[in-house]
Amino acid sequence: MIGWIAQIEYFVPRASSYAGDTDRLFWLITVLVGVWFIAAEAMFFWLIFRFRARPGVPGQYITGKEKHLKRWVNWPHSLILICDVIIIVAAVRVWVNVKQTLPPPDLRIRVVAQQWAWTFTDPGPDGQLDTPDDVRTTDELHLLNGKTYHFLLESKDVLHSFFVPAFRLKQDAIPGRIYTGWFRTQRTGSYDILCAEICGMGHGVMGAKLVVEEAPQHAAWLAAHKMDAALAALNTPPPPADTTKTAAPPAVTH
Amino acid sequence: MADALPQEAHVPAHGAGHGHGHGEQNFFMKYLWSTDHKMIAFQYMFTGMALAMIGAFMAYVFRMQLAFPGHSVPGYGVVTPNNYNALITNHGSIMIFWVAMPVLIAGFGNFLIPLMIGADDMVFPRINRLSYQIFLLSALVLVASLFVQNGGFGGAWTAYPPLSAVQKYNLTPIGASMWVIAVALEFVAFLLGGINFIVTSMNSRTRGMKAFDTPIVIWTIVIASILFMASVGPLIAGAVMLIFDQLLGTSFYDPNRGGDPILWQHLFWFFGHPEVYVVLFPAVGIVAEIITVFARKKLFAYKTVIFTFIATGILSFFVWAHHQFVAGIDPRMANVFTVTTVLISIPIAEMMFVYIATLYGGSITFASPMLWALAFIGEFLIGGVTGIYLGASGLDIYFHDTYFVVAHFHYTFFPIAIIATFAGITFWFPKMFGRMMNETWNKVHFWGTIIPFNGIFIPLFFLGAAGEHRRIFDYSSFPHLATPELQMLRILATVSLIVMLLFQPIFIINFVMSAIRGKKAEKNPWKSNTLEWTADSPPPHGNWAEMPVCYRGPYEYHVPGRAEDYWPQNLPPDAQEAH
Repeated sequence: MIGWIAQIEYFVPRASSYAGDTDRLFWLITVLVGVWFIAAEAMFFWLIFRFRARPGVPGQYITGKEKHLKRWVNWPHSLILICDVIIIVAAVRVWVNVKQTLPPPDLRIRVVAQQWAWTFTDPGPDGQLDTPDDVRTTDELHLLNGKTYHFLLESKDVLHSFFVPAFRLKQDAIPGRIYTGWFRTQRTGSYDILCAEICGMGHGVMGAKLVVEEAPQHAAWLAAHKMDAALAALNTPPPPADTTKTAAPPAVTH
Repeated sequence: MADALPQEAHVPAHGAGHGHGHGEQNFFMKYLWSTDHKMIAFQYMFTGMALAMIGAFMAYVFRMQLAFPGHSVPGYGVVTPNNYNALITNHGSIMIFWVAMPVLIAGFGNFLIPLMIGADDMVFPRINRLSYQIFLLSALVLVASLFVQNGGFGGAWTAYPPLSAVQKYNLTPIGASMWVIAVALEFVAFLLGGINFIVTSMNSRTRGMKAFDTPIVIWTIVIASILFMASVGPLIAGAVMLIFDQLLGTSFYDPNRGGDPILWQHLFWFFGHPEVYVVLFPAVGIVAEIITVFARKKLFAYKTVIFTFIATGILSFFVWAHHQFVAGIDPRMANVFTVTTVLISIPIAEMMFVYIATLYGGSITFASPMLWALAFIGEFLIGGVTGIYLGASGLDIYFHDTYFVVAHFHYTFFPIAIIATFAGITFWFPKMFGRMMNETWNKVHFWGTIIPFNGIFIPLFFLGAAGEHRRIFDYSSFPHLATPELQMLRILATVSLIVMLLFQPIFIINFVMSAIRGKKAEKNPWKSNTLEWTADSPPPHGNWAEMPVCYRGPYEYHVPGRAEDYWPQNLPPDAQEAH
């Protein structure tokens, strides 16, 4: 049973640099609130048992103003405030690292959500986004291990949410805006990308595959995709590379 | 205190010239067009219970789909993605707006306020009737929206635009508009009801009853009504803009034409978070009444409890954006909202401690209302502590919109809307219908509800921790969530739900049979202090022939020097006793 619960915990591998911080925050909160929860429930059940009605034992008249009794509420109360401060500080530290800072990137990718698919743009061999050698894929994202990425997140229609459990990362995609966030990969493997904001009929199938791989595999994947893209380009000419797209206001579509 | 009382006899306010007569009435006037607060309470309560059955059926259907994806659900059929979205959306909307609100606030509020403060009726009986009629209309609009072309609205109970605002995105043009209209009508109904609750509690208290002599449940219903009225305005404005976007082609929320989808989230949650406390407060009020009676104990620190309600209520207006940490708001704002959110644990913990401390020194008996009330405290604690995980911004990045959230708020809302309701109904049943419920069947129903309840929602915490995201009709598209271990947890939750639902007919049959054939109830079967127990069971229209006078607070149990272990509020003080 315990092994099984442990398995649940390790169900989601820690594949980003800040995944460990998030998990440590989880355990910190679990310990702090767990102690209070067990203490409160234990006291609760003990009082129910201790003060069950017994013949010949009348109840007591207690107003709640008695100092020696009031401290049983006031002391825990002050201690909870201390626990709150610890939790807030720990939570804000994780938050500021994940959401409020942007470390310099090794690479930048574009993530576009729409009903009901993810489109990813890899910068390609030159490492620069919005150049002709970009590789665009649908529902599959390949990343290099050990790199700091910026992701430019946008939505074409409704709200979506870019959720990568293995990265402990979630961010809503909002139509009309481009959100820039970051993560640093630290573990190779294949992971789920989910849409965590309800987005209509196909919300339940809106997923994608994330592959974190080392440089040789990534290069091989890029080459294979270049081939596919070149073949596809013979049939449909690609749209002109539009580097101003990110800065331009959204088109009026009605 | 007694000296301050005027000496002349109190004349009941419902004299011959009063606006609504209390004589014999035909069936229509008595049951359907009544202005009697008790009948309106029953109307709200029975409507809420009927909708609870619809909401529970929806839960059964989508939990079956989650446990056995793609299989035809007995009693429903195959669940399509659009069906699934409509089911979860309307399950949430119904359970909050059409079950918790009408039963806890309108039902118990209407029944208890005049009886507990010693008034013959609400101050605005006709507004009260109108309030129920608008509520009934809103419920009918919502139920009808499930059967229109393309089905009911499926954009979640939070109705985030652009999905909710644009037909081509949500694919339910009629259902989405009917949903918004139903919600807006429901708010109008509760605004009218809230006016009545506040004005009645402030102005109609009987002779001698000061504000701090009123039972806690009256305070909680009044504070909840004030919270509701203060928070609902922005959402009604937001709902009107949403209807305009849907039907008139405006673009308040459409980013392609100058609108902002995040605006709705702020308006919605500015209401939505206080709303949690709007339904919580009446529930904890009911629990306060019950634990004092069955512990035969004065409430530990009466005024402290009231101040914790007020503090929680005020704080609840400053926490809304914790629902939007990852929604794309300025990340610096999250730091403010995580502080306010985590700090709300202070008054709530104080409230729980005071309740637990009330048990100290008591003489506790375990009739079924007390079992429900104690279960409320024990289970709500789980909902409370798991809220800390979500209020902590850094961790909410991971937990937001996962089943951890679902499990957390069901551990708050289930105790509120279901456990506290059963506590209240089993407790006041003798006063409502003049007969006792069958205690054995009540206890069977209690255990048959509480144990499976934990079986449903504890697995969902683990699923959420494993990264399972919400509002997905079938997890087979996501390899890491489609494992047999996680599927076992889903099946466990579904089986527990079915077991729990199978126990509910016991309550319904017991309710109906006891109301018709139960043992006759005395005026005060639980030996309680509060004024409603001095009226006949059930109280007649007008409640008392001669209005009661209040001499003391509501929780004077085991007062030293008294032979009886309780001291009703209306008993004149003995001459030699200083109170």
